[in-house]
Parts: sequence; C-alpha cells; structure tokens
Amino acid sequence: MTLVARLEQAAPIPLAADIACDSGELLALVGPSGSGKSTILRCLAGLHRPAAGHVRCGDQTWFDGGRGIDVSPQQRRVGFVFQHYALFPHLSAQANVMVALQHLPAGERAAQARQWLARTRLEGLEARRPAELSGGQQQRVAIARALAREPQLLLLDEPFSAVDQVTRRKLLRQLIELRRALAIPIVLVTHDLEEAALLADTMTVLHHGRTLQTATPDELLARPASALVARLTDQPNVFVGRVIEQSPTTDTTLIEWLGQPLRAAHHAGFAVGDSACWVVPEAAVILVREHQLDRENTLEATVSERLAWRGHATVSARVGGRHDATLSFAIGAAVAQRRGIGPGARVALQLQKAAISLTPADPPSGSAASTRSELQT
Amino acid sequence: MIDWQALSLSLQLATATALLLLPLAIWLARLLAWSRFPYQGAVEAAILLPLVLPPTVLGYYLLLGLGGASPLGQAYHALTGRALVFSFDGLLAASLIFNLPFAVQPMQRSFAAIPREVREAAWVSGLSRWQTFRRIELPLAWPGIAAALALTFAHTLGEFGVVLMVGGSVPGETKTIAIAIYDQAQAFNDTAAAGMSALLLALSFGAVTLVSWLGRSVLRR
Repeated sequence: MTLVARLEQAAPIPLAADIACDSGELLALVGPSGSGKSTILRCLAGLHRPAAGHVRCGDQTWFDGGRGIDVSPQQRRVGFVFQHYALFPHLSAQANVMVALQHLPAGERAAQARQWLARTRLEGLEARRPAELSGGQQQRVAIARALAREPQLLLLDEPFSAVDQVTRRKLLRQLIELRRALAIPIVLVTHDLEEAALLADTMTVLHHGRTLQTATPDELLARPASALVARLTDQPNVFVGRVIEQSPTTDTTLIEWLGQPLRAAHHAGFAVGDSACWVVPEAAVILVREHQLDRENTLEATVSERLAWRGHATVSARVGGRHDATLSFAIGAAVAQRRGIGPGARVALQLQKAAISLTPADPPSGSAASTRSELQT
Repeated sequence: MIDWQALSLSLQLATATALLLLPLAIWLARLLAWSRFPYQGAVEAAILLPLVLPPTVLGYYLLLGLGGASPLGQAYHALTGRALVFSFDGLLAASLIFNLPFAVQPMQRSFAAIPREVREAAWVSGLSRWQTFRRIELPLAWPGIAAALALTFAHTLGEFGVVLMVGGSVPGETKTIAIAIYDQAQAFNDTAAAGMSALLLALSFGAVTLVSWLGRSVLRR
C-alpha cells in the first residue's frame, strides 16, 4: 500500500504539495508554523477538501479534484492521532477505543478495545476517563484508538507536543517499536527536527504549503536542495561564496569565501563568477592542530561559544572575527575541556571537501532570517 | 384559591414550547456555534432581540404578524377556520419566538465548547454525522441543552406582557397562571394571588437551581 498525493489550493492556506509514502515507511512533514503541515494531514484524512489534486492510497482513489471524487473521512480508513489527542471526554479509555471499532460486530468490540489498550500498555486503566489520565496515557489511548480502526494510513499530528521531555522520550521509543509492526504508510507532522530525524525514513520540507525537498534525513542534512531548506532544517553552517574555478577533472568547484579558497566536490550548475550558497554539516567540520593550518580547506577561527550537554559540546567559532562567519561544530565535552576550547580560544578547523554542498544563493528578498525565526516559534 | 385551569394551561404551553423549540434551537445553536455565513451577526442579534425588547413592543409586532390580516393568520384561518390570535396555538407561536434566546444561547455555548477535533476524531473513527451527533455531541452538549429546556420552561410559565398582548385572557384558551395572578390581584383576592405566586416562585426557583447545577457540572468537566 502506497500513499501518493498532490494537493493544491490558493486559500485559506496556499498548498502546492507532493506527498509520497510507502507501506511500512514513516514520512515526516517538517516546516515552520503556517507551512501547511496540519492542513495536508487534514486533506489526507478527508477533513479538508483542497481545490485540486489527488489522494491515492493503495489501489483506492480517495480524492480526485478533476474527476469529482471525494471519499468521506468515515470511508477512508485512516488512523489519526490529533495534536491534543481529541479524545471523547465523556467516554472511558475503553469506550474511546470502541468508537473506532465500528467495523466489528458489537459483541466483539469490548474485548478488542481491551487488547488495543494492552498493546499500548494501558492495562488496568480501561475504565478511566481522559481527564483521569496523564498526558502520556492520553496519547497512548489516542494511538490505540487510531490503530483500532485497522487503518490503511496512520496520521500523527505533532503527537508529542503536549507531553514533557521525559514522557516524550518514552513515547518515542514505544512509537519506534510500534511502527515496526505496522505495514502501512505513516505520516508524521512535527516541528521538532531531531524527532523527525529519529523516526522518519523520509522527510519532506514544506514552506508556505510548497514541497521544497523530500529525502532521507541524512541526505537532507548532507545535501539540502536550497539555502532555504538548509535554514529550515536548522543547519548552522550556511554561507554565501563566489565560484572562482570549475575543474571537473579533479572533481572540484573552487569557491572564494572571506578571501580564502574552499574546495567543494564538483557542481556543474554554477559558472565562474556566480554566487553560491555553501553548506557544511556540523559533523564535517573537523578540529585539527594549529600546525595543520596548511591543510586543504583549513581555516583559523576564534571560539565564541561552547554549549555542553550530556558529554557533547557544540562549539561556535568566528572566522576573521566576523559575526556572520560563525562556524559550528561538535566535539566531546571532555575533549573540549582538555584542549581548553572555550570562548576566546583560537582553533584550526578543516572543512571536509566532500561534505560541502553547493546550492543557489537565496533570492535577494532575503527571507532566510525570517524563516529561521518562523521555525523556532 | 389556585386557578388550576390556568396552571394546567401554563404547564401545557411551557411543555409544548420547550419540546417544539428543542430541535429548532439545537439546529440553530450548532449552526451559530460552528458555521460562518453572511449576516451571521444580524441573525444572532435577531435571536437575542426578545431579551431586550419591552414585552409590549414584542407583543404588538407578534399581534401584527399573527393577526387576521397577516399571511400567517390568513393561512391558519384557511386551514382551521379560526383566528390565530387570542387562541392557544397563537400563544404557542408567540411563545416559540419570545423564548428563542433562552433556548439558543445556552445550547450555542455548549456546542461551541466542543473542540472541532473531537468531532473530526469521531468521523475518522468511522462514526457517521448522525452517530457523531447522537453519541458525541449530544452527551457533551447535554448540560447546555437541559439548561435551555429549564430556562424556556420557567420563562414561559412566567411570561406576562406578550401573553396578554397576543392571547388576552380567555379562560381555558389563553389565560395562563401569570394572567390569573394579575386578575386576582386586581380583584383584591390576595389569598389566591399569594398562593399562585408562591407556586410560580417555587417552580421558577426549581428551574433556575437546575440551570445553575447543570452549569456547574459543565465547568467541572
């Protein structure tokens, strides 16, 4: 069973999105608030009708604007976990799950609902109403209710946003276990990129309802399709340089940045003299010894900030003392401590040639700064 | 002495009003709570109007609207051979209109308090619109619906001005207990006026207590 959708509309939220998710795969939709993520889920579930496009799941067409097909949410067999769970407050946990078992004979529903609650580790809480359950337990009832429908597609709308950090980690683990057992497409909406990277096989980055890039989490970080994607996925090392030499024979595109040459893997899409946005993942910025400054792509920088958390340190270092040229890299907190890497320290950083990706620079309107702040809201 | 005939008429009028308004008010309340349509503000204001209009003004317009010269009055006469004003049916028609805000307002608040996602969760769980209404919306909005019924019932029992304008005081047809109290007080029959007033007070107090209790149970949820 594969989900394929194309959704288009101009208002109330503009949409021009392509969604594809295979059976057993988890697709994460990421993007800033207002990018249309939740509207896309509502379109897939049949709760919102886009102006045009199509939604197909397996061999069924659920929506086709051109042919006037619009299957009701009742007939789509979708499991939907809403952001605030949307449990029925007047019904017990068991009765909440039983509502989604309309396809079974009435006599079998109670036993089946108890089984689903047991699978989501809620034994003994069947008679409790949502108000008598913790946030994490409510979320599990919502998942049990969504799965009890025996859905052909599972939709999760920010399912972890309303629980604390510790509960979130537990629920994440449970979801990872659960999804192994499900042979249906799963679409997750989240604004938490780490959560998306942890759970997803594929990520789709959205901005103003438009699909910018669909790729695996690793690919997305390593090869963002544009500077906007790099910024929307919170990549810290995004800069603009100028192409000064193209050399396909040595697999090199040479760019000039702050008066220094940087070698990137060859990218034929640029002519000499073009502006290019270059992106390097934190993991490809290597701390080397000061006497190794003559190595390829090695820059001298001054540490401006060190943030340590659970044995890892994220270090920011300014090249040429410039605020707009701050490289970010990650090292072990112990290494940082031992080598005295704190604010004011001078370091030599090597950027791995193969990890530098080039994309067209942002359009001059310069919406990049605003998109980053949008993502953080 | 209590005018049992007037009391019985009042109870019939209050019960019929509450029961007939129930489906109409539920429909209006859901529409106003969940839909957006042109001139919605004007529709809501029109429903609220009986709350602020002097009963004599409302009664006067109802008298015009239901009278023999009006389309409604003529249609009723053609069907039954009787006049709509100064009859029980005319009183009931007026009662449905002047009770609209008492029935619609509490229900509208109750339906508006049901999150959209809860109804949508019911639809994606496979419940039809009707099943969703019966199994999810009605139980959740029930305190507001019950409060609306109690308020409508109590308000109909006590209404005086509109009843007098539209119905007059025809014994067994339009003479309600509120009018009977007025008649007895005018005739200096204090015992009867006091007895019937106390009865109406008890009924109204019971209804208002019920409304307040239901309101608290909504807050507790």
